[in-house]
Amino acid sequence: MNYDIVLGLETHVELSTKTKIFCGCTTAFKGEANTHCCPICIGLPGTMPRLNKEVLHYAIMAGLALNCKIAKYSKMDRKNYVYPDLPKAYQISQHDKPLCYDGHVTLSNGRTIGIERIHIEEDAGKLIHEGGATYVDYNRGGVPLIEIVTKPDFRDVEEAVEYLELIQLTMRYIGVSDCKMQEGSLRCDVNVSVKPSSQEELGTRTEIKNMNSFNNIRKAVNFETNRQIDVLSSGGKVIQETMRFDVENKETSPMRGKEDAQDYRYFKEPDLVRIHIEEDEVLKIKESLPELYGEKLKRYVEEFKLPVADAKLLVEYRKVAEFFEESTKNVKEIESYKNCSNLILSMIFAKFETETEKEEFKILVSAEEMEKLLNLIETKKIRNNMAKKTLDEMLLTGKKVFDIISEDDLKGLTDEELEKICSAAVEQNEKAVKDYMSGKVKAIKSLVGFVMKETKGRADANLAEEILVKILQQKG
Amino acid sequence: MIFKFNELLKNRKISSLELTKKYFDAIKEMDKTLNSYVCLSEDEAFKTAKLVDEKIAKGEEIDLLEGLPFTLKDNISTKGIETTCCSKILKGYVPIYDAFVWEKLKEKNAVLLGKTNMDEFAMGSTCETSCFKGAKNPHNTDYVPGGSSGGVSAAVAGGLCAYGLGSDTGGSIRQPASFCGLVGLKPTYGAVSRYGLVAFASSLDQIGPITTSARDAAIVFDAIAQKDIQDSTNKGAKEKTVPHLNDPISSLKIGVAKEFFSYGDEEVLKHVNEALKTYEKMGATIVEISLPLVDYALMVYYIIACAEASSNLGRYDGIRYGMREGGYKNFHEMICKTRSEGFGKEVKRRILLGTYVLSAGFYDAYYKKAQLVRGAIVKEFRDAFEKCDLILTPTAPSTAFKAGFSSLDPILSYMADVCTVPINIAGVAAISLPCGFDEKGLPIGMQLIGPNFSESRLLNVANMFEEETNRCYFKKVLKGVYPDEL
Repeated sequence: MNYDIVLGLETHVELSTKTKIFCGCTTAFKGEANTHCCPICIGLPGTMPRLNKEVLHYAIMAGLALNCKIAKYSKMDRKNYVYPDLPKAYQISQHDKPLCYDGHVTLSNGRTIGIERIHIEEDAGKLIHEGGATYVDYNRGGVPLIEIVTKPDFRDVEEAVEYLELIQLTMRYIGVSDCKMQEGSLRCDVNVSVKPSSQEELGTRTEIKNMNSFNNIRKAVNFETNRQIDVLSSGGKVIQETMRFDVENKETSPMRGKEDAQDYRYFKEPDLVRIHIEEDEVLKIKESLPELYGEKLKRYVEEFKLPVADAKLLVEYRKVAEFFEESTKNVKEIESYKNCSNLILSMIFAKFETETEKEEFKILVSAEEMEKLLNLIETKKIRNNMAKKTLDEMLLTGKKVFDIISEDDLKGLTDEELEKICSAAVEQNEKAVKDYMSGKVKAIKSLVGFVMKETKGRADANLAEEILVKILQQKG
Repeated sequence: MIFKFNELLKNRKISSLELTKKYFDAIKEMDKTLNSYVCLSEDEAFKTAKLVDEKIAKGEEIDLLEGLPFTLKDNISTKGIETTCCSKILKGYVPIYDAFVWEKLKEKNAVLLGKTNMDEFAMGSTCETSCFKGAKNPHNTDYVPGGSSGGVSAAVAGGLCAYGLGSDTGGSIRQPASFCGLVGLKPTYGAVSRYGLVAFASSLDQIGPITTSARDAAIVFDAIAQKDIQDSTNKGAKEKTVPHLNDPISSLKIGVAKEFFSYGDEEVLKHVNEALKTYEKMGATIVEISLPLVDYALMVYYIIACAEASSNLGRYDGIRYGMREGGYKNFHEMICKTRSEGFGKEVKRRILLGTYVLSAGFYDAYYKKAQLVRGAIVKEFRDAFEKCDLILTPTAPSTAFKAGFSSLDPILSYMADVCTVPINIAGVAAISLPCGFDEKGLPIGMQLIGPNFSESRLLNVANMFEEETNRCYFKKVLKGVYPDEL
């Protein structure tokens, strides 16, 4: 029998607001244990939360970027459960009135994934097990999170991974989160179910908690879907339960039995007032949103005629795309976009070693200087290799284009001058000439190289080769 | 009383330091039987008193509350001073921050004598669920001072402080004020910041003054009822109340709802009715109103208060502060043992009740329904205040209980809150003031209820009653410190 796989994702994204969701403590990652804390975020008796407006703003940005509707009224609720990393024994979250709802994203295969809701909540602290004892670090407690819940719309794990990459890019783009899986600012739970292809209704799902890498998601989902298919095809029933993924053994196993399923006893947080969101405010945020990843990618391919692969690399990092667009804003030839893209991808990216460096995009060349360089190429005053050499020096020294390229360099070559240098090349390179004459056609390259060197790269290599061949033919 | 003390200090008849010493002497002598204080803050008190004396010596102006000794209920956070809520589980917990109300009084150089006894986590109406020995009623030490702010009312009535701050979730300021012959104000929900008040039921809790007169209550209320951004539910008071204390009350319409008179003892009802006549004599009109939903308020209260408490008290796990019971094998066991040992019986009962009503499968039948009824009660009070300015009721159906009352059937003791609880459910303001004594000589209190942010009017109407009756219902019962004896 054939089975269909159905997946849904619950993604936690840590927002990069300056301060925590209910107090003024910093949200900075790391830091000595329990130094980013105050009476409020460690839940001392008598303290009360105060909602950080920036969190609302960021969450609404995220909601709009994922095509969600924004609630006019929303509220915070208490989710009660006991765990040492949760100092109040409840998490302030949103239960039945999420801030954003009813959104969607479109995948590259054209399929639409529904976003059921996005809500805001506080993160918990962390347990540290050391020397047989357990310690709690509350630095992360109270860091704002959004939880993005999709509909069960994924049909395979690759769709889920693409969706997550899209979430990551989108959140970075609008600047609400750095979405670093390894630092835990992007985490997700995967709901997995399978059903016989002939069956309409969905099968019973299990939830795999706390996935922190794309690879583990692939492994966990594959293991879990195979497990469920085995259960079903041997006549059994899948039990609705929460699973953990064991990275070492690459298998999923239940976290807790059904009998002690969590009852969070949600109720409205009485220490906070209802949240009212003005339509004007939402409109303002909408207008302030930058062009999103998907739209930008489409534009780069359609308008700038860039290959999809190249466009993706440029668009992936907002600052790179900004530099690209700023540098090419006045170009006249469609070819110049390609030139700019090539220079960025070959020359500038070569200087970066980490993703973070690409993201930060700290270089010594301004878009203004890059524009000048592109203009020189466009007006054929310099050739590509000259441009590369110049850019390389600019990146190293921070010099301006015209500090490196002199007036002489820009004069260009007349056909007569070029012919003269070509003749000289033939005269001064006996061996190459001999080789060429004896049938080693490739020897012409060494003559072209001579010409390029003599002209400091100003010559058009193709033209030079043409002239050289002509001279050699006359000779022969 | 506050005014008189202030005159004495300003005219240098007594220094703040001398006054403070007198209070501590009185406490050390009388509190052996009264048990009103659970912790004294002598260093803090003397430091402030000296500071105020220096100001006076320099001829600087001093505020009404400056240099004047007072007390805080033990659920109000005080930086550097133990705050236990009279629960074993918080023994040894010393806050690292100040409650907003204490901050405001500190700014005025008020002299904090110490923290006063209460029912554990403010759950009770006798002061007997305290993990310390329960406080006694200064009018007769065989009787309880009421609760949960029983320590404050005992201390104020016994002359062991000039005034005190309590908290009121279902009557915890008004009922002890009534039992001890004092004035107790439960401000409108949102008038006084709750920041630093250890939460019992967050949507019902309010801090307010317990004093010997309406005027004192007004002075203290004005000092603490300020807007505080740390409490999102706080708005601050509408206006200063002291300037309105003597506003005329001849056009006043007082509502009387039979629902509030169906539980009271005969003696209590008699005195409350006499007070009504006094008001009539003063020119007020009595209007009959009906508040039929009030009968459901007690049920609604025990669902909502317990639900919120079960969540608020979840944090006492022995990990970060307070006591931790030993002999555990894992954190789950540690939390279980700590909570089993640290909480008293009444607190456990309410945590269990609250957890139950919020549980999946019961939520709709209890918590959700209670919220709906609460909404209807809010509306009923709003409608009632279309017909009258204030509502007058007994504060409690009886005078003070004999010690040991709380060990009786809990339902019976919950019934004692029947007149005060609806006010917290509706979120409106109310004040209790003395209006007589029963045959045993125990004080009787009446309650005036006003719409949201009507504290000015309530204090005004209470003050006019005191003036009309020559303050004959306030009685000095112990050898505490009183301004006219200095």
